[in-house]
Amino acid sequence: MSQAKVPVWVNLALIPLLNISLAFLISGLVIYAIGQDPFEAAGYMLYGAFGYNEGIGYTLYYATNFIFTGLAVSVAFKAGLFNIGGEGQAYIGGLGVGLVCLALDHTMPFYVIAPLAIIGAAVFGAAWAYIPAYLQAKRGSHIVITTIMFNFIASSLMVYLMVNWLKSPDSLSLNSRTFEENAWMPYLHSLLMPLGIDIGDSPLNGAFIWALLCCVGVWLLIWHTRWGYQLRTLGTNPTAAKYAGIDTSKVTIWVMMISGALAGFVGLNEIMGVNHSLLLNFAAGYGFAGIAVALMGRNHPFGILLAAILFGALYQGGAEVAFDMPEITPDIVVVIQGLVILFSGALEHMFKDRIEGFFIRRATAAQGK
Amino acid sequence: MKGVFLASVTALAMSASLVHAADDKPAVVYDQAGKFDKSFNEGVYNGVKKYTADTGQKIREFEPKNEAQVEQGLRRLAKRGYSPIVAVGYSMSAATEKVAKDFPNIHFSIIDSVIDLPNVQSIVFKEQEGSFLVGALAAMKTKTNTVGFIGAMDVPLIRKFSCGYKQGVKYIAPNDKVIVNMVGSTGAAFTDPTKGSELAKSQFSQGVDVVFAAAGGTGIGIYQAAADAGKYAIGVDSNQNYLHPGVMLTSMVKRVDQAAYNTYKTAAEGTWKPGLITLGLADNGVSWALDKYNEKQVTPEMVAKMKTIRADIISGKIQVHDYSKNGSCND
Repeated sequence: MSQAKVPVWVNLALIPLLNISLAFLISGLVIYAIGQDPFEAAGYMLYGAFGYNEGIGYTLYYATNFIFTGLAVSVAFKAGLFNIGGEGQAYIGGLGVGLVCLALDHTMPFYVIAPLAIIGAAVFGAAWAYIPAYLQAKRGSHIVITTIMFNFIASSLMVYLMVNWLKSPDSLSLNSRTFEENAWMPYLHSLLMPLGIDIGDSPLNGAFIWALLCCVGVWLLIWHTRWGYQLRTLGTNPTAAKYAGIDTSKVTIWVMMISGALAGFVGLNEIMGVNHSLLLNFAAGYGFAGIAVALMGRNHPFGILLAAILFGALYQGGAEVAFDMPEITPDIVVVIQGLVILFSGALEHMFKDRIEGFFIRRATAAQGK
Repeated sequence: MKGVFLASVTALAMSASLVHAADDKPAVVYDQAGKFDKSFNEGVYNGVKKYTADTGQKIREFEPKNEAQVEQGLRRLAKRGYSPIVAVGYSMSAATEKVAKDFPNIHFSIIDSVIDLPNVQSIVFKEQEGSFLVGALAAMKTKTNTVGFIGAMDVPLIRKFSCGYKQGVKYIAPNDKVIVNMVGSTGAAFTDPTKGSELAKSQFSQGVDVVFAAAGGTGIGIYQAAADAGKYAIGVDSNQNYLHPGVMLTSMVKRVDQAAYNTYKTAAEGTWKPGLITLGLADNGVSWALDKYNEKQVTPEMVAKMKTIRADIISGKIQVHDYSKNGSCND
């Protein structure tokens, strides 16, 4: 048997591209079926997501959230743990950010608040993941079930805290007071303006840079540390990991806490970067979408970055389509997003085996000559 | 940093002021329950529909899918010069406030929340008065001396409903029991008929025979459960009596349709004004619904009693406590 290998670009580029094209093809048919022009919709979608500076800004702003939650899911997945709790961890991470900002914005400058807010997000997110992790490691309660339950507990806790403690007393709406400006994550457009670069007015902010740093950090952690090796061993074969002397319950707990911390950073983008006050429901499904992002990004930080941008584009372009073609209801946009997830996540083997087979046969034939 | 930010805000404000708010491009942003929730949003939609039918003026509609899209949608409408823009629901107040600050020449009307800006009209309702009335009717109707309340979320707006309802029940029957449940803790609580139905069944098993649903689209499940169990239900926001004739005791109607209609009308006439508008029983902003679908359930004595109570609330003889005044129901 020869050592024929599939070229790297096939797995990384060709197959995802095929999957996405197919998803868009079917979406086009759906749009055609409801009597709309699919090309017009595709035009709005592409233009909305990438056609002008502001649209790109929105795309990257959404992508920031997906990077955080995608990384969170993938780190846990590398250790064989399925963290469905990104939603709740993001929610509670945002609480951490909000509390830091509310406590310090009158007294401290930005460069003190920013690192503390990052720590706040990480600690709160990690703490929220710790309990399910502990239950999994020491009591064998299944992490999928417990993390899902913790999403509900997180939203109930937030409602309780907002209604009874954190909301500003003089209004019916559930917001904390607005932070002072020194507790705002700077917008990228206002950072780049003095350099003469105009990127349009969008909510894209400093959290995006932190997200890129997190990609690098996760890559280093998983593939270039001893601890990352333990983590991957646990994920590949828990029995072997145990036999090799790895403290599996300890690794489980730490992995989940890192995962929770990464999800918690969504709060940086949402609370400190955009809303500038604590409010309800800012997690808005990003935690769940992170699962699809990680799946699509093949659990690799670079893949996750690309997948996150694709999802950001779907969100932003989708909003644009719904806005400019009122006949295409938001539900149709959800269908399109669902199809992309379906084809690139759940149905990835539909093409994968055949195409890989094709390239292996070709390589073997070439060797045979 | 701060200077840069201010500069960008000023630039934005200047670009916004170039857009003239002629108030002839009306728009509406519904909340996430969508415009066909048979309740709150649909009430607004009915106002929108009526205005378009009366004047031929089309109204630009937007249904956001998540929180981020609320602000994005408002901003985009404002940028394209749509005015007035009606924001439907308290959950939009943060986004509306931010966008309204950036576009001082665009007129905004927000329903169910108060924003203190020179270009925002805040429309709030005295839900406590309407809820008091339907609470009184529930207490007259119940045979088990136990009535139910199912709210969407434990938030101040819903507490305002439950507080008024409880006062109405106690006004008629001080010893009646009121069982209160909330559906959930996310926006989905307004769109979850399954959960609503489960909660209603659980209340029925505790002896409840009249249940008031203040939960938007979730109510559909609550009414169905009441129909299945042979109990009575009270609708909310829109007149929902027609949904289950014989089961719906009444509806606590909040005339959001009228509020939306008047916003567009005054804006077109140039008489739109910022500031606070409070609509209560006296202005018919809230009321209880009596029509051919529920007239068999409500006896003439009940109708007479309800008329007295309504008049007494308007005259001030009955003081209905407003939860949002002190953040407590005094119980």
